[in-house]
Order: sequence, then structure tokens, then C-alpha cells
Amino acid sequence: MSDAIRNPAGPIELEARDLSVLYGETRALKYVSLSIPDRKVVAFIGPSGCGKSTLLRCFNRMNDLIPDVKIEGEALFQGRNLYGAGVDAVDVRRRIGMVFQKPNPFPKSIYDNVVFGPKINGYKGDFGELVERSLRQAALWDEVKDRLQSNALALSGGQQQRLCIARALAVEPEVLLMDEPASALDPIATQKIEDLIYELKQDYTVVIVTHNMQQAARVSDHTAFLYMGEVIEYGPTNELFTNPREERTEAYITGRFG
Amino acid sequence: MTEPANDGVVVPAGSSALGEGRPATQFVRPTFAGLRPPSANIASFEAPNVPPHPAAQRDPSRFAPRITQRRLIASGFAALCLFATLIGVVVLAALLFDIVRDGAGKLNWSMLTGFPSRFPDRAGIGPALAGSAWVLLLTALLAFPLGVGTAIWLEEYAPRNRWRRLIEMNIANLAGVPSIVYGILGLALFVRLMALGRSLLAAGFTLALLILPVIIIASQEAIKAVPRTIRLGAYALGATRWETIKHQILPMALPGIMTGTILALSRAIGEAAPVILVGALGFVAFIPTNPSDQYTVLPFQIFNWVSRPQTAFHEVAAAASIVLLVLLLSMSAVAIWLRNKYTRRS
Repeated sequence: MSDAIRNPAGPIELEARDLSVLYGETRALKYVSLSIPDRKVVAFIGPSGCGKSTLLRCFNRMNDLIPDVKIEGEALFQGRNLYGAGVDAVDVRRRIGMVFQKPNPFPKSIYDNVVFGPKINGYKGDFGELVERSLRQAALWDEVKDRLQSNALALSGGQQQRLCIARALAVEPEVLLMDEPASALDPIATQKIEDLIYELKQDYTVVIVTHNMQQAARVSDHTAFLYMGEVIEYGPTNELFTNPREERTEAYITGRFG
Repeated sequence: MTEPANDGVVVPAGSSALGEGRPATQFVRPTFAGLRPPSANIASFEAPNVPPHPAAQRDPSRFAPRITQRRLIASGFAALCLFATLIGVVVLAALLFDIVRDGAGKLNWSMLTGFPSRFPDRAGIGPALAGSAWVLLLTALLAFPLGVGTAIWLEEYAPRNRWRRLIEMNIANLAGVPSIVYGILGLALFVRLMALGRSLLAAGFTLALLILPVIIIASQEAIKAVPRTIRLGAYALGATRWETIKHQILPMALPGIMTGTILALSRAIGEAAPVILVGALGFVAFIPTNPSDQYTVLPFQIFNWVSRPQTAFHEVAAAASIVLLVLLLSMSAVAIWLRNKYTRRS
């Protein structure tokens, strides 16, 4: 794979340099290098256990929370190593938000879910305005504006997931990491999340892990295909899906394995 | 407050190690051949005039994350928790040290197997140890099936109505009743009414009642923790409720049930108050051989010796305490081992 493909044009928001993740003795991610451009959507695809979630979690240091995990190499955010000296994981996670596979709203009101992050981060503006802004960004405002004080767990799965996105956006991150954000949702809710991702890249760099190749093709600008902890192929999404360079990529996207 | 840095990044004064955010730039929607435009084929779910994306006006000065200060508070809290833990550990260590210093000298084989005596040097805990073992066995035989049965009925069979709630509430309350009250109940019910007299059986019954609520609650929690999908999976294969319980639920809940039961039994063999009421003796010069025999138990033997004036007896009591502690710690160790084995499997 040539450097031109690993390093897309434009300003680079996130970058992995010879990044490895070891769980005990197993190397779950093997010397991965790739760049993620600013304000683009990048999808990670690959069979279960290929390391795509592990790679995603390196970018906001969520792997720190797993015991016996060791990270080698560098993960850069706007040119600075996320694992460098003096970099605080708490600071990293405010700047690089994350949405998980299963919607995980706090068992509190919709309003409280959104304001938790801004509150702990010393938000100085008007909270009512912030909540409306965040919920609008997540395309949820119109559905919940009359019941902001009701419990978030009463929302449908798709609404809960959009609330989790609103919650993540409320702290004004620069990057949004999404770990299979639609895999637990029905097609309509999935469509809404996908449309949302498309909207979000106006202001955010979005990295999405997905099992759904149509989804990767629909929402992403660039796609990385991972297999056994390595990046097999990385390039513009339409090229990777219509004209893959690697045989294993083609085998995977045509459903011959994985 | 801000000054332009290289590549157009605006870095406010006093920024973090990561620096601060990129300024918003004009967005040009890219197009790729072969990709459908989102929302082209689905009804719009948003109000038509959405305000401009506010993060386009992303402004780090709206936040004051004060990471250092929050980190400090976080470390302070961790230190406080460590301190709380250390207090418990230190007190326990002091207790152990004190007992071992007093009693280790008296600890030997003849003390473990010998009979009580007027002379501290000859006094042994043989009958008390045997009595505790008997009581433990009888209590376990009674409390385990009753407790687990109740828990299964409450969790798997009982209709979810107010009666079930009432029963559960009462069981929870019973778990908090002082043990001496169980002693009084045992005296009236088992010793007098059922005429069991001052027998091991009466003590076993009384202690079984005492720990029954704890076993029920622990077993209920263990059964509740079995995921609903396991039950559904078994029912979907045509299993009856009993088959589901026997083959799926109980095996998964058993380590939790065993842990709760062992901890409850540890409590039972450490109890002195109720066994005194139901008639444990202070001086037993024989090893009990069947459940209708008279008996004494370790905690009561210790209590008996400690209340004597001679310091030599206090040393024997300390030695007996070591034996009791070793017994309790090994029971807890088994409970922990079971729990770890269970956690590793799931």
C-alpha cells in the first residue's frame, strides 16, 4: 500500500503510527499506520475480532480502562501524541467524543443526560440553549422538546442512541468516534443515524466502526479494511468498494469470508 | 486572549497539552460517484429551517474544564478511599496480632482434642470443636434446601403480586432481627414445644432459622442474575419450567447460591447468643455422637473461658479464638474461590 493511500489529502485530524495494542501476550493490533483527514467520515470494516474497535478506542484512550493492556507506537491528534507525556486522558475524551454500540443513556432525564458532560467541564453558557442546540444537532429535538424532564430510558432505542450522540456533542468535541452505532437499531433508526453522520461531518471528524458494508459505503469518505489486527487496505470508499486492490478486501466485501 | 499559531490553529493562552481546537472552516460537501445522497429517499425528520450548525462556532472559551483541579479532587477522593480501607485492615491486623500473641503458646494437639478442665493447662476444645461441627452440619442440611427452595419459588414460580412482595419484605426484615430473638424463639419452639431439649438438633434448627433469610436473599439475587435470554432459550426448545430451572438456571446460579450459603454458615458457627439460650453447656466432658446429645460450641466455650478470672484461661480462650478464626477464614476462602471460579467462566 503506497503512502499516498495511507495519507489522504487535506489536514489530518487523527493519525496512527506503528500503533500496536497488546492484551497480555496477544497483539490485537499490529503496527497500524493510517491518517484520518479533518471533517471527513472514515469507516473501519472487517470481520469480528479484527481489531477495528480496538483501533477506534486508541483514539480517545478508552483502552486505558482495560486492565493488562499495553499500547505501543503513537496515536496522534492534530499532530500531538495522545499517549505522550503530560496528555491527560480526561482532556482527550472531552475533545474526542464516543458513541457506543448499545445506547447507554444514564438513567436520568433527557435534560440531565445532555448537561452532565458540560457541567463537569465547566460550561459557562446557558444550559437550556445548549440542550436545545445539542438535541437539534442530533436530530432529536422535535421528538423530545416537550418532555425534556422525562426519563431517558423511556425513549426508543433509536432515540436513545441519538440522545447519546447529543450528549457527546454537548461538550463540543472535535472528533466523534462511533463503535457500531446503528447495529442495535432498526432500519429507520439506522437511516436517521446515517443521515446524522452525514450532517455531522460539516463540523466534526467522524470515525465509525461498522459491520454493515452498505453502511460504510453510504456514510464514509474513506474506508479501512482491517483483518487480524492489520490494515489490509485503506482508501477512498468508492474505490475500495468498486475496485479493491487487495484480494482479501474483495473476498470480504463480496461476502466470501468474515 | 488568543493568538494565531502555525497552520491556522488558534491556541488560547494556558491551553492544555493537547492544544485547543481548530477553528471552523467553510465546509464543502464532497461527492462520490455511486453514493446515494442521504435523506433523498426518506421523509424529512427535521424541521425544514434547521439553525446553522452551532459547532461551526465552536469556541473553547465557553468551557473551563480545569483539568488539574478536577484531577486533584479525583486523587483526593482516591486517597480518602484508601485511608478508609487501611483503617479496616489495620484494626483487623491489630486484632489478629493480639489474639495470636496471647493464644499461640497454648495452641497444640492436646488442646485441640482435649476436654475442658478446671486447670487451664489441661483445658481443651475437643467437645466444643465437635459440637460446632455438628451444629454446622445440621444447620446446613436444614437451611440450604429450605432457603434455595424458597428462593426458587419466589423467583421462578410465585405470581408477581402483593403477596409475593409482602413475603419478600418480611424475609428481608427477618434478616435484620437480632440473633438473641431467634434464641428465644428456638427455646420456646424447639426446646420446649417440640421437646427436643438441650440437644444439637435444637441448636441446628435455631441457627437454620437465623440464617434462612440470608440464604434466601443471596439465592434470589443469584437466580435473578441469570440472564433472561437463557430462560427464553430453554423455553424455546420446549423445556418445562422445572427442566429450565434444573438444567440452566440452577447450574448458573449455584456458585452465587453457594457463596451466600457459606457466608451465612460462617455467621452461624460464630454465634454464641442463641445457642446459650437453647441450652449449650459450659462444661462438656464428652464428644457428642448423635443429634440428640447435649453439646457446647466454640464461641460459647470462648465466652465461658473469657469470663473466668484466671488469666491462664484467657490465653486458652485466645487459642480457641485462633481455631475459630481459622475455621471462619477457610470458609470465606472457599466462598471467594467459588465466586472467582464463576466469574472466570462467564
